[in-house]
Amino acid sequence: MNILYFLVGCSVVMALIFLGAFIWSLKNGQHDDVVTPGIRVLFDEETDDENQS
Amino acid sequence: MNVYGKRNPAPVYLVNPCKMIKQQKILDTTICYHCGEEVMGRNYILEDKHFCCAGCLGVYQILSSNNLCAYYAYNETPGKKSLSTGYFEYLDEPNIIKQLIDYQDEKSTIVTFFIPAIHCSSCIWLLEHLYKVNAAIFNSRIDFLKKQVTISFRNKDISLKKLVEILVNIGYEPAINLQDVVKEKSHSVNKSLILKIAVAGFCMGNVMLFSFPEYFGLSGLEKQFQVLFGWLNLTLSIPVVLYCGQEYFTSAWNSLKHKHVNLDTPLALIIAVLFLRTAYSVILNTGPGFADTLTGLVFLLLMGKWVKQRTYHHISFDRDYRSYFPIAITTLVDGKEKPKAINELVIGDRIWIRNSELIPADSILMKGNAWLDMSFVTGETEPQQKVLGEIVYAGGKQMGEGIELEVVKVPSQSYLTGLWNKEHYSNDFKQHFNDSVAKYFSIAVFVIAFAAMGYWFFYNNSGKAWAAFTAVIIVACPCVLALSTPFTLSAILAVFDKKGFYVKNTDAVEDLAKCNSIVFDKTGTLTTTENAKISFTGTLNDEEHKLIVSLLTNSSHPLSRQILKSLGYGSFYPISKYNEIPGKGIRGLINNQMVYAGNESILPFNIKAGKHKGVHIVINSVYKGTFVVEQQWREGLPNLVSKLEDTFSLSVLSGDTAKDRDVLKSIFLPNVTIAFEQSPHDKLEAILNKQKNGEKVIMLGDGLNDAGALKQSDFGIAITDNINNFTPGCDAILKGNALTFLPNFHQLSKDGLKVIKISFAIAISYNCIGLFYAVQGTLYPLVAAVLMPISTITIISFTSIATRFFARKNRLL
Repeated sequence: MNILYFLVGCSVVMALIFLGAFIWSLKNGQHDDVVTPGIRVLFDEETDDENQS
Repeated sequence: MNVYGKRNPAPVYLVNPCKMIKQQKILDTTICYHCGEEVMGRNYILEDKHFCCAGCLGVYQILSSNNLCAYYAYNETPGKKSLSTGYFEYLDEPNIIKQLIDYQDEKSTIVTFFIPAIHCSSCIWLLEHLYKVNAAIFNSRIDFLKKQVTISFRNKDISLKKLVEILVNIGYEPAINLQDVVKEKSHSVNKSLILKIAVAGFCMGNVMLFSFPEYFGLSGLEKQFQVLFGWLNLTLSIPVVLYCGQEYFTSAWNSLKHKHVNLDTPLALIIAVLFLRTAYSVILNTGPGFADTLTGLVFLLLMGKWVKQRTYHHISFDRDYRSYFPIAITTLVDGKEKPKAINELVIGDRIWIRNSELIPADSILMKGNAWLDMSFVTGETEPQQKVLGEIVYAGGKQMGEGIELEVVKVPSQSYLTGLWNKEHYSNDFKQHFNDSVAKYFSIAVFVIAFAAMGYWFFYNNSGKAWAAFTAVIIVACPCVLALSTPFTLSAILAVFDKKGFYVKNTDAVEDLAKCNSIVFDKTGTLTTTENAKISFTGTLNDEEHKLIVSLLTNSSHPLSRQILKSLGYGSFYPISKYNEIPGKGIRGLINNQMVYAGNESILPFNIKAGKHKGVHIVINSVYKGTFVVEQQWREGLPNLVSKLEDTFSLSVLSGDTAKDRDVLKSIFLPNVTIAFEQSPHDKLEAILNKQKNGEKVIMLGDGLNDAGALKQSDFGIAITDNINNFTPGCDAILKGNALTFLPNFHQLSKDGLKVIKISFAIAISYNCIGLFYAVQGTLYPLVAAVLMPISTITIISFTSIATRFFARKNRLL
């Protein structure tokens, strides 16, 4: 059963990593604008033949 | 908001859309390919496409020459007609540039603009492809909800002025106003709250995990883990108390210093008691402690706070005169024009005001012919003429040629801006339901807690005494109170929002519910500028009719278009010697006949138009008559007034002349006060007087002239027909067509308070169950941990269901 000490430690460390990732993304401004990227992704890529025609 | 425009989702296109012929609906009228407005009079045609004006055509030409026609593929008619003044000389001044830009180094500059015209996906696409228009632009990013674009560009190749000109040329003029320069970073507060919620949520989840084994029962083999889990729980509680719950302690301490109890006081006490008891049980190994209740409580409290803080990105409620004023103005130094920032203006400066520019400071007219539209300041719709040497007030808009003025007061001390600097009646003592209840609640909790402790001490059971004392405080948590108010009121905000009524925050809904008096402004509030009725005082024969149409088709002035619409348009003659004088009118030679249309100053002779004001028509030196533009009353006004009369005392304060007295008298009951020619200060005084008589006043207004009254009133509502227009600072913004719902809005806000009170009663009954165990000193942590989420879930679902019920009852859903 002593393995549980190790597993509990692992679970806490992993949760801390996820918390850290969230804090990083928040400070990085990834949640500042949640609308525009969703629209932006729908725009078509421009291709060269479009420019030629 | 549907970002894909109102008509259709983006069409799929396979060929270059510039050359593509669109299957357009067959309409009776031609609409402009760029802006979608009806093409009236002269039709600009390019590559089979119709345009309503040279401006729209110009934008199309720029876009098609830069291969940017996909703009028209994502949405039909994505453009908006822009009426740019096109004067940006001030953007070459280093002082002003410094205020505007975000970042600058040797190579590049980054700047953020607010662009009101952003409204659909085409706008995003175009503004993010700015680098195609000018190679010096590296990159541009849009924030759609905030209507902001951030542009970085090579500052050696183009200047800030050139950049703004590029934006104007493609129809996206940035709004550069005095207030936008003062960049208010309000959302950073919100970010720290989200961080706290994340930390609290993380701790809560883990604490729950470590508490479950305890509740399910541990076998002898697992007992060794009890200590580990206990310490882990205690460790996880520390950041929750010290970081997430910190502001409850500071707020409680501040309110106690002022000898006053707010809702945060009992909350801080509970957090402290929960933590100390958990630490006590863990360190002495006497039981599991209340770590799960503690973390759950803080998490839910912060969630409530977050719901309350959610605001509208695209609407600003705190505008003052600064958002109406430009950032810079042209000054004359030794006869030479020099742009100067408005906050640097000093008394004695000579300033130069062009057509349709705003006068930024009280000044004396030195040169030129001043026709001022004072509707911003006084609400009066007719332009006033000023003579040399007369004082002109800040806020007036020049109509016509340029004028020279000498500043006599700096902008921040002008007559108009004085409205903001004036000592107002303090509105700080608005007592909200929560805070008024918190006091009695705290007293009741303490009485019960001390009674329980005293009882057990009396029976010499000191262990039980402490247990009972702490348990009572834990159980009697006003957490529900802190949650039900934001959840109910934000649900109401969402209902209002759907109907076009945007309220500043949840506290304002409570203020609305308490109001018992309404003051209306007239122009723009009871009347609307859309669908103005146009009538002609004289008579016209067919030939004259055709001459006027021929003249008016050349003008893009809104009045010309309105008149044209009323006349109908068909064939017209070619025109020569066409001349448009801004602020005065237009004239032209058609079929060898001189035709004039405009105000009195453009006409070749003095006419005796009498009381008629509007667009005068003179053909071949004969006065034919006047087009009078009458403002229309908003729809359903008599109905609205009769509904409001039961619950409110009404009054009307108008800055305009008394010409509409009879109409107003017929709409309102005879005992309603109707006052005319009210200055902004008169309006403010009138509100103050009402408040002194104990009335809670709702003020409905639209312009800068109502700004003081809006701010002073208990609930100020700014009415607007276009939500993107600038509105003065207020508690709520109401769309013009939603005015008829005003009684329903008020009733729903009252019902909202009812819901909060009922949910409070429900919470009390839950607390009584908990108290039953608590006073006996037998509160097991599991009971507390289960009771709190259950009562929270009950309250949140009750408030949302009840709010929907009342919204339906008030016909708002």
